Amino acid sequence: MNSELFTLPFNLGLYFILIYSVVRSTVWFRDLSRPDKLRLQRGFFGKPFMDSLREIFSESLLHRKIFSKNPVLGYMHMSLAFGWFLLIVFGTIEADFFSEKHLNPPSHAIFFRWFNPEHGAEGFARIFSFWMDLLLAFILSGLLLAIIKRFIPRMMGMKKTTKHTWTDRIALISLWLIFPSRLLAESFTCGAYGSGSFLTGNLGNALASFLPAAEMAPWFWWLYSLSLGTFFILLPVSRYFHIPVELFLIFMRNSGITTGDRHSSYTEVQTHACSSCGVCISVCQMSSAAGIHDIQSAYFIKGLRNDRDIAAITANCLMCGRCEEVCPVGIELGPMRLIERRQGERSDRIMKLPEKYSLSRKRGSTEKILTQAYGYLVREEPERADVLFFAGCMTHLTPSVIVAMKKIMDSAGVRYRFMDENGGVCCGRPLMLAGRDREARELINHNSDMIWKSGAQILVTSCPICYKVFRESYYLEARVMHHSEFINLLIEEGSLRLGYLHKKVVYHDPCELGRGSGIFEEPRAVISYVAELQTSSQESNMSLCCGGSLGNLTLSSGKRAMIAADAARTLTLGSPDELITACPLCKKTFAQVAETKVSDIAELVAAALPAPRAAKAKTRPPRRAARAVSNG
Amino acid sequence: MKSTQLHIMVAGGGVAGMEAAGTLAEMGYRVTLVEKGDEPGGHLLQWHALFPDRRPAEEVRSYLRKRIEHRNISIITKTTVEKIRHHISGLEVNLSGGTSEKADAVIVSTGFDLFDASRKEEYGYGIYDNVITSAELEVMFNRGRVAKADGTVPSRIGLIHCVGSRDEKVNNNHCSKVCCVTAVKQAIEIRKMLPSCEVFCFYMDMRMYGPYYEELYRESQEFYNVNFIRGKVSEASVNINNRLVIKVEDTLAGRPLKMELDIMVLMAGMEMAASGMKLAEASGMKRGINRFLETTDHHYGNNLSGIKGVFYAGTCTAPMNITDTISHARAAVAETVRYLNGR
Repeated sequence: MNSELFTLPFNLGLYFILIYSVVRSTVWFRDLSRPDKLRLQRGFFGKPFMDSLREIFSESLLHRKIFSKNPVLGYMHMSLAFGWFLLIVFGTIEADFFSEKHLNPPSHAIFFRWFNPEHGAEGFARIFSFWMDLLLAFILSGLLLAIIKRFIPRMMGMKKTTKHTWTDRIALISLWLIFPSRLLAESFTCGAYGSGSFLTGNLGNALASFLPAAEMAPWFWWLYSLSLGTFFILLPVSRYFHIPVELFLIFMRNSGITTGDRHSSYTEVQTHACSSCGVCISVCQMSSAAGIHDIQSAYFIKGLRNDRDIAAITANCLMCGRCEEVCPVGIELGPMRLIERRQGERSDRIMKLPEKYSLSRKRGSTEKILTQAYGYLVREEPERADVLFFAGCMTHLTPSVIVAMKKIMDSAGVRYRFMDENGGVCCGRPLMLAGRDREARELINHNSDMIWKSGAQILVTSCPICYKVFRESYYLEARVMHHSEFINLLIEEGSLRLGYLHKKVVYHDPCELGRGSGIFEEPRAVISYVAELQTSSQESNMSLCCGGSLGNLTLSSGKRAMIAADAARTLTLGSPDELITACPLCKKTFAQVAETKVSDIAELVAAALPAPRAAKAKTRPPRRAARAVSNG
Repeated sequence: MKSTQLHIMVAGGGVAGMEAAGTLAEMGYRVTLVEKGDEPGGHLLQWHALFPDRRPAEEVRSYLRKRIEHRNISIITKTTVEKIRHHISGLEVNLSGGTSEKADAVIVSTGFDLFDASRKEEYGYGIYDNVITSAELEVMFNRGRVAKADGTVPSRIGLIHCVGSRDEKVNNNHCSKVCCVTAVKQAIEIRKMLPSCEVFCFYMDMRMYGPYYEELYRESQEFYNVNFIRGKVSEASVNINNRLVIKVEDTLAGRPLKMELDIMVLMAGMEMAASGMKLAEASGMKRGINRFLETTDHHYGNNLSGIKGVFYAGTCTAPMNITDTISHARAAVAETVRYLNGR
């Protein structure tokens, strides 16, 4: 009973995966930009490192986030990850403690029972054996759930589960075989020697009663070793590569590395860190409302990982960001898709297996070189003003919002200039969403110039799409405010006298304002000031997309209407008098499908203004709004 | 059974309903005409003159009024038909007052609703004073005066075609058929009434499909100097002089265009009437992709509902002009009689 030949597959696999991981991490590190390298080096000391360890413990092992979303799914992941982790840790301790030698090779711990068949008869060893059996049972219970999930996803509260490639499938089978084969191998050995605890001991006795346990045992030790070895060797080319890569991702993220706007090691790491868990599929409105089931982030990342032609998948997304919100691994799915949109088309080819092991993938850059696209734009000398109002092109399609904003600003005595009253230049965000940064940059420079020259201290916009790009991609001295923030400021500083409307309303967070820019509270404060605000089941960071998204240029009007109708239905479940939003595009989209009246937050506030008492407001020249900025 | 004892209900007293009721009464059937408004006549009541010859709408109105002055016809106004259901002795028709009537057959002629132009918010209907619909312009013609909201005389009027028609964004893919020629007719009337007022039509395609339509279109250009610009208006705003400013792309010249207008007229399209939709919903009548009632065959079964004893007449099945509506109503009568005789 001491032939060690069967440990060969395991040892081969283990040393392969260890060496591969080290080399691949090194290559990824080498390919990082200089600032990111520094970030990561710094991240290894101090707080980020501790944060990473804590996160690895709570997410990679315990899977707390998945737990909070779906307890059964969480338990499944936890029992497999944390259980296996504990099994390795305590297996190593057991091997170290109960062997003559210390610092045993890993195989000694993994196949401990084979080398010590009679171990665990009494005393402390007996308790330890019991503990090891308990861990194995814990893992096996998770495995049972995993098998159920694969065949009947609905039982696990999942609408859909991801489809697998053949390497995934072999890896999955070998993963599934690891623990049952360990159970049987240990049980046969225990059965032959009369050892083992409640699980392996009892099962071993039962098996030994009608089978030749001593002859059977080696076969299962071989199977155990083989499935471990196969799993390790296939790891880098299967979805399970996410297990080691996620650790690397956590360190990178906690060091402050972000996705940026082009492919890098970080996007590579994120691509491989995706576990294809399918949580993103369940929350995607394209799937739940429009019946489109093949473009979700899990498929996008899979296509990226396997270097497939995913141009259609990449383009067909609302960019609402709900998936990013729920991703348990924390992959920046929006920025990843944008990078891919910039990339243009890639040819569809089936990667050969060896290619999948290649250490770094050079993604061909197909960025187009363009001459100036907007050379015809005329540069004007803008008037100077404290507050600049930029309606945005979408708001020009909802003139009621402009009318309301003018009323509000006049009533508060704001000295403002309407920057794009006679038509302006696009903010650039739609071009960015389409992956055309170079053209967007031209527009950004044009508008920036105008805003700087006006000397404004506040730039107010009614469009969340413009708002996001003004904040993130413009370099401005002016404070950028969405009109909901600005109205809130006017209310807070007492410039606006408003009545109370006896209305129940529900608020829809526009994607670009809420999830996109983190503005959740100000609109709610404004609405609560003038009306009764209802809550909705899908709000704040999990708010729905209205379906009108500019982020998708391929979705048909019919599908958009389906998404819009579904979202409007969810929002108006409490039968509000009005559905309030803060985005002209959301307003227009909902207005076509909702039976409830749809209004912008500015219209609601304008309705609460006292009736105007003849042009008196115009003579008042307070500059409170501008002052408020210098004060705070 | 003698025809005088047979009772036919007509749901909707517009052009189609009146013509159907008149024809049936003439043939000796007992008819009940149910109208939701104060009097029969439908949209035609508001109209001033008709295309293509610009004859007074009153001529057709008085024809139809005479048509339903018949002892076999009883008229119920301010009432809608809520539901049609099968009964042992024929059909039972529920009315909005809570009453119900028995009938041997029903002709559904619930007609159309004018597209609610405020759904195209970018045109500013309901927000800017001088944005009106084609139906409101017709009312102005009736009063004999076309003026801005402040009472002043306009010097430039724009007519915007396809408002709520052929527009995926408002879920209407269909062409309303009559707006093009109505715009041409109205443009001529404006030019005749206010010779110093410029008129611009903004169109996608000019669909001059009927007899004398093309001639009218030609006349509008040759004799009345109406300007036609091919392009859809993208947005409207108001400038400091309280004039409307529209943005449009002139797709023939291939360049964007900005224009000031005193009045903007939206050629609102036809949509399935809301009352008809309710009736269809309650009675299990099928509706097509554009929400109009679906007939059993659009070539040779264009009055048939697929429900025993229920027939369709007029614009509840698709947009139509008055000529076609009258023909369609007579065809519905023919189908009804064929059904009653074959029972």
